[in-house]
Amino acid sequence: MVPFFHILALSGILFVLGVICVVARRNLLMILIGVEVMLNAAGLVFVTGSLRWGMPEGQIFVLFLTTMAASEVSVGLAMIVYLHKRKRSVNLEDFNEMKG
Amino acid sequence: MSQAAFYLFAAAAVLSTAMAVTRREMIHAVIYLVLSFFSLALIFYMMGAPFIAAIEVLIYAGAIMVLFLFIVMMLEMGMPVRPAGAFMKTWGAALLIAAIILAGMVILFALSPGSAEGMGGGFISPRTFGQALYKKYMLAVEAASLLLLFALVGSLYLGRRD
Repeated sequence: MVPFFHILALSGILFVLGVICVVARRNLLMILIGVEVMLNAAGLVFVTGSLRWGMPEGQIFVLFLTTMAASEVSVGLAMIVYLHKRKRSVNLEDFNEMKG
Repeated sequence: MSQAAFYLFAAAAVLSTAMAVTRREMIHAVIYLVLSFFSLALIFYMMGAPFIAAIEVLIYAGAIMVLFLFIVMMLEMGMPVRPAGAFMKTWGAALLIAAIILAGMVILFALSPGSAEGMGGGFISPRTFGQALYKKYMLAVEAASLLLLFALVGSLYLGRRD
């Protein structure tokens, strides 16, 4: 029997790793990866709730979370490809002006 | 038995995510993240969510990460360079935020009574899942399909040749 707060602690640690990835990395692709890690940690909390109350709603929400993550990644990667076409770079510091 | 397996998979997930977050080469980061998603899928399976475990492997590890790999191989990003002496500037804020969130989590767990109940039972079969999804949440499924359509149109528009 695994206590519930161990699962919640696991998802909290994964979420913090995602936050670190978003804040500290300077690569646009790594920032998207950090968002993915955070979404996964949130999904783990939803599945934990679904297990705790024995209802399928939490898992259904994880399915919609996955849909959202897939569309977010496809649009985000298309934007990164577009930015790379303009500046030949995926580095965050190269995109610090509004008109260039 | 299943308890030991849970801690094993949890350790694998945390370790591989930490490796993915700190890698300098993008390809390594993506492969470590696939590893993390696989161990998370095993945890989902142990928690009575076999359909979500399958979705995790198929969509996250299969589709999204392969999309990342395509883009990493498509774009020429050059050799990653290490900025000199900027460690505290880039990682200081991140580590501070991480410390605050983790401290809040520990305080919350210490305060909340009854959080040590064990997990067990609660298995939800794909049949129950599908019936709940298509009977009660039909409208949400339609909204999700619209979201996917918009994402398709948006990425086609951003990636057009001109």
